[in-house]
Amino acid sequence: MPKRAIPEINAGSMADIAFLLLIFFLVTTTFETNSGINRKLPPPQEDNIEPPIIRQRNIFTVVVNKNNQLLVEDQLMEIKDLKKAAMDFLDNGGGTNDAGDRCDYCQGRKDPESSDHPDKAIISLQNDRETDYKTYIEVQNELVAAYNELRKREYAKLYSGRDYVEDDAEYAAAKTSEEAKDKLRPRLERVKKMFPQKLSEAEPKKN
Amino acid sequence: MSKFKKKKDGGLPPVNTAALPDIVFMLLFFFMTVTVMKDNTLKIKQSLPSASEVHTLDKKDPVIYIYAGEPLDQFKSKWGSSAKIQLADSFKDVSDIAQYVLAERAKFRQDQQSKITTALKVDGETNMGLISDIKQELRDVNALKINYITIQKTE
Repeated sequence: MPKRAIPEINAGSMADIAFLLLIFFLVTTTFETNSGINRKLPPPQEDNIEPPIIRQRNIFTVVVNKNNQLLVEDQLMEIKDLKKAAMDFLDNGGGTNDAGDRCDYCQGRKDPESSDHPDKAIISLQNDRETDYKTYIEVQNELVAAYNELRKREYAKLYSGRDYVEDDAEYAAAKTSEEAKDKLRPRLERVKKMFPQKLSEAEPKKN
Repeated sequence: MSKFKKKKDGGLPPVNTAALPDIVFMLLFFFMTVTVMKDNTLKIKQSLPSASEVHTLDKKDPVIYIYAGEPLDQFKSKWGSSAKIQLADSFKDVSDIAQYVLAERAKFRQDQQSKITTALKVDGETNMGLISDIKQELRDVNALKINYITIQKTE
């Protein structure tokens, strides 16, 4: 058999084909990560449970009407002032908690008309069925920010200037090792216990 | 004469492009591996609200998505212009949520099932009535961990 010379394959257009595929994947790739406000819903309740009695001064009522206006403690308020008002309420420390302890880390005015202790302070949020979701998120954001800021303050004080928000994010991340999580958990829980997030949402009003 | 000819010879040699396909293939494989094909085509408008106190949802976290908002223009003739709920890739009713969440939950591993977050990706203009209905449904099936997806606001 005579040796037949195999002609070389022209690979000049290989780059073009690869480029074509590359551009396709470049276009379809989305480096999308979702982020948002975490909330916990209350567990389903039986109908005949009697609500516990809570003193009026321990409740901070926020009502949002259908025109997206804010009524905080029976006064009209702008959203930008909400965080400050909520922080003043939570940080007040005018009385004692259920165990009879005074709030020794509160820096508020100790107003007897406002909340007794962060343990007891409840923020109640009620919105109308026609409230915009956008407004609702803004209000939620401000209220969560109020809690976070207070926790941040205490956390920095207890653990030599560490950032509560950063540590909390690290704790929540899936890539954090178990050891690191075990180290962070008691710290975060301690501060969360100092300012427990008691944000209650009433059923929206129907018109 | 020969002097001129010599000069012509000493010009730039052509750049060797033999390695070009390799480089391109390398990039190609990178993008092929990181690409996640979108599993849900959104049929609703989504201009998400913005917030600053956010938690990031990791890709590895078990998450169930519920979308809501006004249908896109091409679906308006059939579905109307009031806000709708989208589960997976079709419009659904509030009453379908419970079943959907339970079905999705069963797809995750046993040890992850208690950590499932339900992410609500809702358009900013939606009325709260719809959200409250969704939340009520989620409470009934014990999907209590929720996340309102927002755009990160930079201060």
